Amino acid sequence: MAFVTANWNPLGESFYRKIELYEMGWNLKDGLRDCLVAAAPYGGPIALLKAHNRRSPSARPQLEIFSSSGLPLASFPWKSGMVKQLGWTVSDDLLCVQEDGTVLVYDLLGGFKRHFSMGNEVSQSQVLETKIFHSPYGTGVAILTGALRFTLATNIDDIKLRRLPEVPGLQGAPSCWAVLTQDRQSKVLVASGPHLFILDNTACTPVTPPGLSPQASSIVHMCVSFSYKYLALLTDSGHVWMGTSNLKEKLSEVDTKIKGSPKQMAWCRRPKSQQPSAVVMWDGLLLVVGECKETIQYHLEDDSILVPELDGVRIISGTHHELLQEVPGACEEIFKIASMAPGALLLEAHKEYEKESQKADEYLREIKEQSLLSEAVRQCVEAAGHEHEPETQKTLLRAASFGKCFLSNFPPEQFVSMCKDLRVLNAVRDYTVGIPLSHTQFKQMTLQVLIDRLVYRKLYLLAIEVCRYLKTPEYQGVSRVLKHWACYKVQQKEESDEVIAKAVSVKLADAAGISYSEIATKAYESGRTELAIKLLEFEPRSGEQVPLLLKMKKSPLALSKAIESGDTDLVYTVVMYLKNELNRGDFFMMLRNQPVALSLYKQFCKHQEQETLKDLFNQDDDHEELGNFYVKASYKEQRLEARIAHLQSAVDEYYKAKNEFSAKTTEDEMRLLRFQRKLEEEKDEQLVGFSLQDTMTTLLSVGLHKHAEQLYKDFRMPDKRFWWLKLKALAEKEDWEELEKFSKSKKSPIGYLPFVEVCIKHHNKCEARKYVAKVSPEQKVKAHLAVGDVEGAAEAAIERRNESEISTVLSRCSATTDHLLVERLNRAKATVPKKGSSITFTDGTLQSRRLLQEQRSERKRGYKLKRSCRP
Amino acid sequence: MASHLFCGRVNLNILREAARKDLREFLDKCSGSKEHEVEKMFTLKGGRIPSAAVKNIVFFVRPRLELMDIIAENVASEDKLHPRDFHILFVPRRSLLCEQRLKEKGVLNSFTNIDEYILDLIPYDGDLLSMESESSFRECYLESDQTSLYHAAKGLMTLQALYGTIPQIFGKGECARHVANMMLRMKREFAGSHTQILPVFDTLLLLDRNVDLLTPLATQLTYEGLIDEIFSITNGYVKLPPEKFAQKKQGEGGKDLPTEPKKLQLNSAEELYAEIRDKNFNAVGAALSKKAKVISAAFEERHNAKTVGEIKQFVSQLPHMQAARSSLANHTSIAELIKDITTSEDFFDSLTVEQEFMTGVDTDKVSTYIEDCVAQKDPLIKILRLVCMQSVCNNGLKQKVLDFYKREILQTYGYKHILTLKNLEKVGLLKPQSTMRNNYPTIRKTLKLWMEDTNEQNPNDISYVYSGYAPLSVRLTQVLARPGWRSIEEVLKMLPGPHFEERQQVPTGLHKKRQPGENRTTLVFFLGGVTYAEIAALRFLSNMEDSGTEYIIATTKLINGTSWIKSLMDSPEENLP
Repeated sequence: MAFVTANWNPLGESFYRKIELYEMGWNLKDGLRDCLVAAAPYGGPIALLKAHNRRSPSARPQLEIFSSSGLPLASFPWKSGMVKQLGWTVSDDLLCVQEDGTVLVYDLLGGFKRHFSMGNEVSQSQVLETKIFHSPYGTGVAILTGALRFTLATNIDDIKLRRLPEVPGLQGAPSCWAVLTQDRQSKVLVASGPHLFILDNTACTPVTPPGLSPQASSIVHMCVSFSYKYLALLTDSGHVWMGTSNLKEKLSEVDTKIKGSPKQMAWCRRPKSQQPSAVVMWDGLLLVVGECKETIQYHLEDDSILVPELDGVRIISGTHHELLQEVPGACEEIFKIASMAPGALLLEAHKEYEKESQKADEYLREIKEQSLLSEAVRQCVEAAGHEHEPETQKTLLRAASFGKCFLSNFPPEQFVSMCKDLRVLNAVRDYTVGIPLSHTQFKQMTLQVLIDRLVYRKLYLLAIEVCRYLKTPEYQGVSRVLKHWACYKVQQKEESDEVIAKAVSVKLADAAGISYSEIATKAYESGRTELAIKLLEFEPRSGEQVPLLLKMKKSPLALSKAIESGDTDLVYTVVMYLKNELNRGDFFMMLRNQPVALSLYKQFCKHQEQETLKDLFNQDDDHEELGNFYVKASYKEQRLEARIAHLQSAVDEYYKAKNEFSAKTTEDEMRLLRFQRKLEEEKDEQLVGFSLQDTMTTLLSVGLHKHAEQLYKDFRMPDKRFWWLKLKALAEKEDWEELEKFSKSKKSPIGYLPFVEVCIKHHNKCEARKYVAKVSPEQKVKAHLAVGDVEGAAEAAIERRNESEISTVLSRCSATTDHLLVERLNRAKATVPKKGSSITFTDGTLQSRRLLQEQRSERKRGYKLKRSCRP
Repeated sequence: MASHLFCGRVNLNILREAARKDLREFLDKCSGSKEHEVEKMFTLKGGRIPSAAVKNIVFFVRPRLELMDIIAENVASEDKLHPRDFHILFVPRRSLLCEQRLKEKGVLNSFTNIDEYILDLIPYDGDLLSMESESSFRECYLESDQTSLYHAAKGLMTLQALYGTIPQIFGKGECARHVANMMLRMKREFAGSHTQILPVFDTLLLLDRNVDLLTPLATQLTYEGLIDEIFSITNGYVKLPPEKFAQKKQGEGGKDLPTEPKKLQLNSAEELYAEIRDKNFNAVGAALSKKAKVISAAFEERHNAKTVGEIKQFVSQLPHMQAARSSLANHTSIAELIKDITTSEDFFDSLTVEQEFMTGVDTDKVSTYIEDCVAQKDPLIKILRLVCMQSVCNNGLKQKVLDFYKREILQTYGYKHILTLKNLEKVGLLKPQSTMRNNYPTIRKTLKLWMEDTNEQNPNDISYVYSGYAPLSVRLTQVLARPGWRSIEEVLKMLPGPHFEERQQVPTGLHKKRQPGENRTTLVFFLGGVTYAEIAALRFLSNMEDSGTEYIIATTKLINGTSWIKSLMDSPEENLP
């Protein structure tokens, strides 16, 4: 396989190879001469501006965009100002930096996107030089102005202009400069004669590269590696100094023996590179320098440009497109002449096997004896990834597959994914697509980005095929591509709304997770509102439709879609939008037709805008809610008059709502408040705010019986509650005399057991006894027991012939009790008729009551207690 | 740490892990590093944030406007000399409205990160998920704000993303219908974005709380239910009076009693608790004493351990045995505390009245018991619970009776409660009797809501959880599983809201092939809250032999009658000097 190494050149320990990627498809008369050229990394597009520095207004230069294979993507005459620099962003947009500091942004098909300015200072002093760079934050622009100052924007999508400090002693344009990214900050490295400075936001620091050849009197060129980690300097003495970009370490220095100023210099490195190396280009000459004294020289026939890549340098000339790189380790191992590496042996074995030669076995044995077969397979797979020619890839993969047969348990993933990756890569490297991506670059760039790039080029079909082939989840793959297609489709002016809407819906029907609202937004942005509305109807997520509908001023539809989505926050958003957009009347009208929105808005007002809430109730003639509103408001008032005024409004509203109960109750409340205040003034007793009950308790406790009595009558308080109240209040005061008077005032509506209990509670057994006799027969047993009179209880129980009561008394009989009494009780118990037998139940209620009573005694086992008869 | 989430049929730990991952990702974003040491946690309140030597402050908030004002105040009063990074994490969802509010307050730009932490359903136990949305019932039924239902639907979607599409959806009630509609819509919206998972749940049952207003009003009589009724369980913890938990060590008899409430975590990770939590309280005593015997027998084993091997084995079991013993001691103390209450006359009286109402005795008259309670000025919530219960059991009260109760309450507890009463009327807990006849007895009979021969010790029916009353909600669930709702069409029509059935397409190949004897799994979602007793009843059904269905329970909030009524109260703060 000698031909593989035919384009290899040794440099020190390793080899460099130059692979032809394409023969350029463009037909340039003068090649790249007098052209402003910018080629995007990762095999991106190439922009060309011919004769850009001719100042005559009549001759408009042509701006052309080509794929990496030289196929035209766009071409248009340049009508704006003088262009200083072209460059590409990370998302394949073209940046054209004009002399006055205006930057114009075009997409890769020549569509104008936007423009921005690099600031007043730049436009005043004009652009002298400019560099477009990539930072972790995106694509940046650095400008050297006519005033010899640097202005920097690190991310053009979020422009924050930074003017860097002055470089001391700078008289004319510096000999060279570069943008570095260090410590998440973009800095500029400037060479002014023999001096080097680093400019950051705050300072200009002089620096010295360690070990720079003393013959040098100035630095004529510099370049930073793709990863920003390394720096190469070319001195006027023809020395190339290579080191780390923080200028702390020198890696090598090589004398090129050429003193002329080069056209371009670029790092030629790859991840896991064996040595640092850079490529320097002069007219007609290309030089690769590494660690050793020797260099590799290539002759250039044509004007060319260098495009640094992650793993090499691309060289584009008027006719050819080549890749120069250090030969990757795996390839070197396998293809180096007389290599005995396992991969090389495996390849050989496979070759012999194809020839049906028994030598295959010998080679295999040799690998297996060293147990290196899996290593051999791995090498072959890896090397296949680094090879550009499909034939070579196939040969290597076949060898790997052959080796795999002799291995058990060899994980297949690496092999399988390499096959798939290569298939995709070969497809995009195709001349017609023209993305010469290496495997290393592909892995760094990720599939997602590759799909995006295909989409930017409107290669929708290929993008979809790639997604399907790599089984990308539909959501991130096919659906995304289709969405972009549809966004493109809706901008085609020549087709009618119906046709487009139909085409889009047919094509997108089965795709999962399509955002129709995004497509509709695109349609709307290109002035097709009707089409946008049509497309929105396909959007299954009603929530997604809302923002666009609002933008299109379709607010009623937006509101109902928001409600449909169930997302209340979205409804609020629309409501708030409408509130600002519409006049109050229309706004309320619209809410009225949407009850869900209305109640949400009411919720909002309840917490935020009380007055609006009132207006809403007023509009709806909702007197009931208005009443409630005033009641609530009344409690916020400090002053009693204001409070009563609010309550009066509430009363009026309640009457209007025909809610007599609420009206009357609120009137009562007002009456109570007035009464309380009056009494407060008269008797100096804290009362306002108390409930009726508490007011009366207070009155009774301070002996204002008359007033309490008055309230009792005025508010038609039920007798029972009044009796309880007075009973408790008197007992609290231990006013036993008054209590007795009270008990005799008329027949107690609550019976007399409470009297007994209340006295006991206040430890006055003597008083309690007074009331036992008055207790009704049903409660007598309990009353007797309460005062501790077991005999009395027994008498009563026996008289009542009630089984459970007898049991209760029995349970209270202690050992000290007369056992005669116990006997009597037991006897009585035995003679008590069984419940239910002597009574016939006639109706259902009684029936269930009987059942209930039985259950109750059942439950007694559980809760160990039985509720005595209630009054 | 979360062993209690593993024990069920459905491994809810998957949900927990997914939620933890999201949180970690957010914290990564905030600190910009992989280490997130949470230094301190503060409850949100106005003014300045207490000082802490930290770089990042993360606000975990519900998307509510009033909270935004507090946050704005916090941020505004931050020390300008030592600025810290602020971040907001909205739970469970970002809100444009809230961000707008922060913008108005001029602090929106002070936040480095604003994100949402989608935590709709929080796993509480191996079979229990709760949204812990306190005001959900109030919002849905009183204020027509269905935000929590949207979150519920979202939560169900998350659940389906992790556990597969639920093929069958049943529901009863307006809110249930709304949630189901949203789910079906979201399903369409996210078509294709879900990974294909074999369905874990066979059925989803959505139940509106207002279909069964009665159950939460009744006093729960299971062990866990009573703990909640008396001491209230919050976020899986309960605070108990410390007296009964004093460590009694020999020789230090007169030591100070602890004054801090005893805080205990309650979940099924504790073996004993898992065993007794769902028992009727009357069966707890027996269970505890049985357990005591087992434990002391186990400790006695040490005398039988003769060989070194046997002793080693005994020692290896010691930690487990000691844990069991301390668990037993705790629950014995809790049981004693509860028993003090349940054996009181008060408790018994009110239980009797409750049971009278539930069996339909005298529900059309003013209850003297309630009257007495008002006169004694018993806690207002107790009164409201009883009055509401009477109203529900009578399908509304006679106007005269209703007005009497209302007047009694307003005169005794203050006129300001008029708004609360109106709220109760609005949600249907209190209502005047309409011309329609009382259909509660029909419902009670058809659904067998009252069981005469309830066995509290060895139950054979769910009615044991309320010592006779079988919770309506759970009965509906039970009937749905067998024989199906078609058998109770009439009753379903009497209950509020529509009942419905929906089917969701499950891709072919993901149809479950049920092994003979394998149970179905049903997710029961209570919209508006669920009580511990209802959960106990569902667990009882799951464990019943030949029930054929296992239940996982989800809810907007774990409630009891008190917390529920409280959420509906509207008592304006008085502002008078």
